Amino acid sequence: MVDANPNVSHTSYDSKIEGNIIITRVDAAINWMRKNSLWPMPMGLACCAIELMATASSRFDISRFGAEVMRFSPRQADVMIVAGTVTYKMALAVKRVWDQMPEPKWCIAMGACASSGGMYRSYAVLQGIDRLIPVDVYISGCPPRPEALIEGLLKLQRMIDKEQSFMAQKRVPVEA
Amino acid sequence: MSVLEDAQAMTSGEVSEFRGETTVVVPLAELKASLKKCRDAQGYEMLLDISSVDYLGEEPRFEMVYELATLDDSKHLRIKAKVAEDEDVPTASDLWKTANWHEREVYDMMGIKFAGHPQMERILMWEGYPYFPLRKDFPLAGKESNMPEVAFSGVAPLEGGPFVTSPGATREHGEPRARGES
Repeated sequence: MVDANPNVSHTSYDSKIEGNIIITRVDAAINWMRKNSLWPMPMGLACCAIELMATASSRFDISRFGAEVMRFSPRQADVMIVAGTVTYKMALAVKRVWDQMPEPKWCIAMGACASSGGMYRSYAVLQGIDRLIPVDVYISGCPPRPEALIEGLLKLQRMIDKEQSFMAQKRVPVEA
Repeated sequence: MSVLEDAQAMTSGEVSEFRGETTVVVPLAELKASLKKCRDAQGYEMLLDISSVDYLGEEPRFEMVYELATLDDSKHLRIKAKVAEDEDVPTASDLWKTANWHEREVYDMMGIKFAGHPQMERILMWEGYPYFPLRKDFPLAGKESNMPEVAFSGVAPLEGGPFVTSPGATREHGEPRARGES
């Protein structure tokens, strides 16, 4: 397990050998690499997608956290950001894109609609994307501000940091 | 000519005026001829919208509503026709191309069929969805349905009441929430 104390580094550094060798654990190294290069799959479905685009743009600049590489191919993506209202007509398409993403993969439900259906208590709207795919981070807001999305991303990074990534190479798929 | 005079010039139909808006109610059999006459003889060249109303419990049950306008002086005329549950409405898509999608929406939401329409399919819900969601006997929360590999639908939790805004309240209380919970 990685120490939760943020002041303790994952790596130990010996100045006598001038950085040629860094000693760490496999889990810590893998997690460090994963969490700092999360490539998002932008599942923009409604107005949250506008905030998602703002988060990626220069003012908020999600690339500061290594997640600027929006991949429109699910096969190259690590984290699916479900940004917006998931209608029943779209739901199975979202599930299909999620199924095409390679492991390891994570999901952020951005905003009220993706988390719970939001204000759409309606015949046409899926009441939360977690009814179809497993969600790691929920972000409140309608739509959330870019800062909220960045906080969600940081939460996900802290989650990834604690994963037993070497032992758990594969997640158990969740049946819909 | 004023809109009212235009409406009265139509041979049949019951004309009414309310707050500057003129409405003509025609029998379904004369609907197509009336629309054509409005377009060709009276200059209502533009079809703004087609919608429908469900008067559940009345006979005939449905009503079609056509919103027409002239392009040069923006006169606005509304034409209505009552439709029974087993009746088809003649399509207006050969008069106005925009009627194509409007009529498909009416079919999708209300289940009224249009005779002579080039593509009488659903436009918003998926083909095979078994209900017509804007009918009065369809619950607000929706119904369960399942088409494997295409789509499914479920019942939304209404938590003790419809999820609505309340007028005239403070901002905090006026936000959308379930009645009885807030």
